[in-house]
Formats: sequence, C-alpha cells, structure tokens
Amino acid sequence: MSIAFSKRGPRLGFFEVHAENYMGEGGLPHHQLRSIAERYPLSLHGVGLSIGGEGDLDRDHLKRLRRLVERYRPASFSEHLAWSTHESAFFNDLLPLPYTPETLERVARHVAEAQDILGVRMLLENPSTYLVFEESTIDEIDFLAAVSNRTGCGLLLDVNNVVVSSINHRLDPFAYVDRFPLDKVGEIHLAGYDEVTDEAGERLLIDAHASEILPDVFDLYRHTLRRFGPLPTLIEWDNDVPEFPLLFAEAERVTAALQEAWRLQPEAAARRSAA
Amino acid sequence: MSRVRICRVGESQFAAALLPREAAMPEGLSTRSGRRDAARFAVYRNNVGVGLTRALERRYPVTLRLVGEDFFRAMAREYVALAPPTSPVMLAYGSQFPEFVENFPPAAGIAYLADVARLEDAMASAFHAADEACLAMDALMAIPPDQLGDVRLTAHPAARLVSSPHPVGTIYARHGQDAVSPVTHWCAETVLVTRPHIRCEMQVLPVEEAGFAAALFSDEALGPAAEQAASRGGFDFGRALLRLVSAGAFSAAVNSAEKEARHA
Repeated sequence: MSIAFSKRGPRLGFFEVHAENYMGEGGLPHHQLRSIAERYPLSLHGVGLSIGGEGDLDRDHLKRLRRLVERYRPASFSEHLAWSTHESAFFNDLLPLPYTPETLERVARHVAEAQDILGVRMLLENPSTYLVFEESTIDEIDFLAAVSNRTGCGLLLDVNNVVVSSINHRLDPFAYVDRFPLDKVGEIHLAGYDEVTDEAGERLLIDAHASEILPDVFDLYRHTLRRFGPLPTLIEWDNDVPEFPLLFAEAERVTAALQEAWRLQPEAAARRSAA
Repeated sequence: MSRVRICRVGESQFAAALLPREAAMPEGLSTRSGRRDAARFAVYRNNVGVGLTRALERRYPVTLRLVGEDFFRAMAREYVALAPPTSPVMLAYGSQFPEFVENFPPAAGIAYLADVARLEDAMASAFHAADEACLAMDALMAIPPDQLGDVRLTAHPAARLVSSPHPVGTIYARHGQDAVSPVTHWCAETVLVTRPHIRCEMQVLPVEEAGFAAALFSDEALGPAAEQAASRGGFDFGRALLRLVSAGAFSAAVNSAEKEARHA
C-alpha cells in the first residue's frame, strides 16, 4: 500500500463533513475539524435543513449553520433535495417530495432563504428514491434546473444516487447524466449501494454508503467526467467505515480517473477552471 | 379505462407511516409502472428506524452490552417511536433515554441499568461541551489562606457528577474492556466525568469526598463544603480538592470575599 503521506497529511483535494456533526460546542470534533481546515479546503454538507419540507426552514438550524460557515469558511456548502423534519419531529433521513409547481416554488424559496442567511451560494443534491409520487408533474432534472435558475444555486450530482434511482425506476442512468445541466454542477458524489428485491422480485437499490464504489457507478462516473470534464469528487463512506488505507485506495482510484479526464479533456478543464 | 385518480401524499401522511410498527404505506406512492410496493416504502421506514436506534446504540454502548443487542434494540425502538428527535442536531439525541430505561417495565429487574445509561449520557454530553481551560492548582494556591473558605469554584463545561446507589463507575469500566470481570464489591458510587484535555475521563470518587464534590458543583463555597464533609470520617480537605482540581473539574475560582471587598 503506497500512501502519499507528507508531513502535511495525505494527498487529497478536499474534505467534506456533515455539518450537523459539528454542532456541538467544542471538544474533539472541532479540534479535528480545525486541523483539517488548516490543511485542506473544506466542504460543509448539510443533512438536516429539510429544504424540501412543507414547513418553514428552521431558523435556529440556519443560525447554527451560519456559525459553522463563519467559523470554518468552507469552500463549499451543499444540501439535499429532500425533507427530514415534519412539524417538530426530525427523522434523520433524506425523505422524498413530489415534483409539482407548488413544491418547486417552495424549494426555490427555501434555497434562496438559506443562501441569503448563510451568505454563500449553495449546491443542491439529486436524491436517491425508491418510489414515485403519482402527483408529480415535473421531471427531476427539470425540477433541479428550475431551482438553480430561480435561485442561482449550483447542483451537486450524486452519481450513485443516479444509478440507484434509475435502476429503481427502470430509467437509463446514462441518459440522466446526459440531460443534467452541465454548467450548474459544482461537485460529484460517489458511494456504494446495497441491493435487495421488491415485492415483485425486481432489483431495488438502496443508497447505503457502506462499501466501495460498485463497477456500474464507476463506469457512469467515467462517462460523467467525459461529458463534464474533471470536477471535485467526494466518496461518501459513512457506514461500516474501513481502515484509512482502504478508504485512501478508493480515493486514489478516483484521482486516477480525474487525471485521465484532465488528459482527455484539457479544454473542458480549462473552461471550468476559468469559470 | 384510463381515468386514474391521482392521490396527493401530504408530508404528514408520509411522516405518520414512518415510525409506528403497523403503519400502512400512504396512498399516492407507487413504482413508475403504477404498482404499490410496500417493500419499497419499507426502505424509508427501515432507514429512519435503524438510523435513530443506531444513534442510541452509539451513545449507550455499555447499556447495550449489559442487556444484549436484541433487548437494547427493542427498547430503543420503543423510545424512538415515543420520543423522536426534535432537532436535526443528532449528537444531542437520546438524553432522555436513561429516564425511559428507568420506567421501562421489561428492564425493571436490572436496577442499575438506568444509572449506567446516565453515566454514558454524561460522557456523551461532556464530549461535545464547550472548550475552556481548566483551573490550575497554582491559581488556587495564590489565594490567601484566610480567604480560601469563601472561594466558589465554577464547574468546567465538560465536568459532570453522576451519583448512584449502584457501582455504576465500576460497571462501566469493566464493560469497556473486551473481557468483562465481575463486580465483587457492590456499593454506591459517585463518578466524576471531566475533559482535562481533549479526551473525556472518569473516576470513582472516594466515598468521603462525594458530598464535598456535590456541594462544590452546587456552587457552595469551599469553607462550608469542607465543614459538611469533615463530619464524615476520613475526609482530607487538601487531598479532596487536589483530586478534583487536577482532574479538570473546574474552570475558575471566584473569591467572593475579594469581590465584596472590591465592591465596598
């Protein structure tokens, strides 16, 4: 195992943390985050703002997020097209919403409010879904693009979520990536999924973050890089986390794909870095 | 016949079907081919249930070890359904769990279980408490001896005191190792939790010092706290104070006599 450790730590482009894990007052978590933020660009990824929720955004939670943004000055802040809080209950999961003119209006309002209070442009992530809402009238990509157009927010393309949702809904994951608005994407997520079967015995993929990136997700990632050029890429592995060398080897696999993208698409890379 | 009734799923219907054991899947959700599939909705139910109970497993590892995984998960599922989180800050979730354990009938036979959970909750909240420098012994020694009796000590943000009629500190320590050894001496214990540097530490206080520590944590001045404690045999003021201060129990010494003098 050859890990490129220097005195400054392993050679990695950036670190991403769940914002909510750093909402304690002090202690080890902040100590560690401070030392990471001194050495690497930091991405703050929220999992609790409930942007897709019916209710108003939680002002206390926005204040906690703003405190973190002020304290660590992250290079990026992202959240999900999902909800997690209903009335006072927080479900600790990214739950789905129907895509209608009404929910589009609400999500755009919430994104605008979050950006306004946090003072940053945020990225909004495409979800993993297991069912569809019969009332939905807007396609997911059109929905995300419309939120981005209305609020100026960027998008986070989770390639694992694309595979999970596409297989679950019998859609073509490559067509999803091909239709995704190229100029809005600020970051890519990769992860491993679990697989079970539904009541009809059909494939049901579950966003699990508990294993290495599976081959179909990695193929789609390469396809994404061919289309988009190199983009900041994060591996989400937050359940059954392995020893660091295995995690780092996974990051090296992604670094190699990114380097290939730089080689193959210098003009796309230049276009992006000029943007 | 192509007339299809489109059913709207409100967030409240979706939310209501997540935690109760026997809840039915809401209308208006289907596969893309229009088939209702409970196995698919169960993914959400499972994510929510497992996610919340796992948060309790992480906060209460010794409690889990004492009763075993099956018992703990069943108990945690009941707590989660009764008291789901009310904030997205999950690192604070589960602080009411010890009280729930105390009143959970199937756990009534394990009298010490709730107090072990209280100690674990104290460790978890100490872990995330605010950063502050600990009071050093030097700072106390700089106070003129005739004024020491009026000094009140401010508890460090991460300092906790857990008292139980059961040997909770010993039970906790024995279950933190791979091999559990039996507790031979069954007695009441008062456990001090502190975070002198970055890691949390705990120690069982000598029985004659427990009341003294509790008095100082309740903002009693050193003099009266020591007088009360001295009525118990074996109490040594200097030894007790040194133990608490060097563990990092306090963040400041407030000399009330001096303050009054300054204000005069």
